[in-house]
Amino acid sequence: MAKKAPELQEYQYGFHDKDVSVFRTKKGLTREIVEEISRIKGEPEWMLEFRLKALDIFLKMPMPKWGGNLDDLNFDDITYYVKPSEKTGRSWDEVPEEIKATFDKLGIPEAEQKFLAGVSAQYESEVVYHNMQEDLEKLGVLFCDMDSAVKLYPDIVKEYFATVIPPADNKFAALNSAVWSGGSFIYVPKGVKVETPLQAYFRINSENMGQFERTLIIVDEDAFVHYVEGCTAPIYSTDSLHSAVVEIIVKERGRCRYTTIQNWSNNVYNLVTKRAVAYADATMEWIDGNIGSKLTMKYPAVIMKGPRAKGTVLSIAVAGKGQHQDAGAKMVHLAPDCTSTIISKSISRDGGKVTYRGLAQFGRKSEGSKSNIKCDTLILDKLSTSDTIPYNEIMNDNITLEHEATVSKVSEDQLFYLMSRGLSEAEATEMIVMGFIEPFTKELPMEYAVEMNRLIKFEMEGSIG
Amino acid sequence: MTAVPHLQIKNLRAKIEDKEILKGLTLEIKGGEVHAIMGPNGTGKSTLASTLMGHPKYEVTEGEVILNGENLLEMEVDERARAGLFLAMQYPSEISGVTNSDFLRSAINARRGEGNEISLMKFIRELDKKMKTLEMDESFAHRYLNEGFSGGEKKRNEILQMMMLEPKICILDEIDSGLDIDALKVVANGVNEMRSPERGFLIITHYQRLLNYIKPDFVHVMMQGRIVKSGGPELAERLEAEGYDWIKEELGIVDETVNANV
Repeated sequence: MAKKAPELQEYQYGFHDKDVSVFRTKKGLTREIVEEISRIKGEPEWMLEFRLKALDIFLKMPMPKWGGNLDDLNFDDITYYVKPSEKTGRSWDEVPEEIKATFDKLGIPEAEQKFLAGVSAQYESEVVYHNMQEDLEKLGVLFCDMDSAVKLYPDIVKEYFATVIPPADNKFAALNSAVWSGGSFIYVPKGVKVETPLQAYFRINSENMGQFERTLIIVDEDAFVHYVEGCTAPIYSTDSLHSAVVEIIVKERGRCRYTTIQNWSNNVYNLVTKRAVAYADATMEWIDGNIGSKLTMKYPAVIMKGPRAKGTVLSIAVAGKGQHQDAGAKMVHLAPDCTSTIISKSISRDGGKVTYRGLAQFGRKSEGSKSNIKCDTLILDKLSTSDTIPYNEIMNDNITLEHEATVSKVSEDQLFYLMSRGLSEAEATEMIVMGFIEPFTKELPMEYAVEMNRLIKFEMEGSIG
Repeated sequence: MTAVPHLQIKNLRAKIEDKEILKGLTLEIKGGEVHAIMGPNGTGKSTLASTLMGHPKYEVTEGEVILNGENLLEMEVDERARAGLFLAMQYPSEISGVTNSDFLRSAINARRGEGNEISLMKFIRELDKKMKTLEMDESFAHRYLNEGFSGGEKKRNEILQMMMLEPKICILDEIDSGLDIDALKVVANGVNEMRSPERGFLIITHYQRLLNYIKPDFVHVMMQGRIVKSGGPELAERLEAEGYDWIKEELGIVDETVNANV
């Protein structure tokens, strides 16, 4: 077969702007650095205390021994806080030109024009651009960066902050709690349905700089919100750490959908804790795409605390050369008649490794609850691997748990069929891959579906032949 | 390009793993002609179809296949398709998550090349028209490629692709298997509509039935991996009436399959 050797592709978003940061802490993590972060942010005393307690917990907790390989992660070699510019921009015009240029390459203003209700784009550790449409304000929806929320809405923040994910939950939640910066805060009042998705873009732009954003979303009774988070990051020669915490509270009959496409460059450790609590008749949906990073460990969770609560995780993971996606979901059924669905789609290629790690837990009171779990893996070549590791903890006899797992390869006959209609081998493979992840992409807002397809196509280039 | 297509197969030998299946097959197809290849099971008919299209399972060991002066055997599967070859398959693959219409549009555009893509409106018009000819429900356009299709629906879908792609040489591999008489007529209509001096057909079938609806110009009988007898439409009729034994007798063949030691 006549084939050209695939050319090595540079990471698509691997451009990297001159550093415009105005302040950064020294590398490494000490009590002084945590105090400095809090001081620069002008935080109230209670937040500083919270950070310092979390730091103690972080320092005491051992590294997790399961999941991906964290041996090369050196906590002393990371900058924990970088403040990019003097103030939070209120309109696009106020955003520094260089930062804008970066966003331009990522297509953010365009995305905004099309369907954004409010944008809060995080550049390095601080929100530099924040815009909220007037009608959202009229509805009483609070949407701002987390730092501002601490000052503007201290009562709400105090009531819910770290209630879903306490610092002691795991080592990386503790780390985030100590050094967090940026992230989004959303409060949707009772009965308010936000029709357009709220969005934020995040990226890491300083070598060895960790990004520790902290997001808190509260959806009150009968309310609805769809939050979309997209991540792209430039390429660097040394390892970066992204360790976010996302906490969501969905009250009675409320619904929250949280969509992420993670495309960190292939040197980033992406260690994220995402968890939601759903009360009676509430619905929580995580739509979670993991394409980039060196190692991702992420298991979006829904704790169903009230009767008939619903949880959904729909995820895809793509692992290429040198990548390990250790991702999955946790569904915790604590009340009667809860239902949960996990659909996990994984693709490994070029020696990449994908692991589905999932927990289905049924508490004593989970009478009549149901969980349906489906894990599909597509392996593109002989170098690549996949694992499925389901954990079930069942303390009630009257529940239903279905688990289905498939592993498939792109078959010779499928390729032959598509190629016999004129598609090249690369186009045919891409088509099969796109079809495989279609159940995921069809759930994305259109703009994201387009971006997602673009990313996958890009990922597939050079892996064929 | 209005050149009359010309496919020449010369002394073609092909094997799967270590087993030789095509044992020196020679055939010539020109635009405007319909050739039918008949023969009992296991004589290499479907292998011929797959080998011409370039299925990687089959290895050509000897012979030549020339399409319009170009060496087909040196081309990749997709290059053969873009050169004008089409194979309506006996067992088309299912591709989940890819709609029929998205697939067809990609396939058409792959042939037309970058910068010359078919307009969406034109594509939809053509698709609607051809689906009507084949009496296919509109919903087929939006269903995933062959997924959950019945045998008959898959066959119609193959013909739909052929009609949309407008190839130069069409190979139909047992397109009649699993079709009831009504579906057979519909499929035959689609094929007949495409007959033209600019297009040649190679129809592989077990049964003469299909040839009542698609009148062949030439009928060939395949045994032991090669063509052993050729004639006009009357040959098909005689095969339908008398079976294959008289040919075996005439040629002194005991075992007609490719397993025979010859």
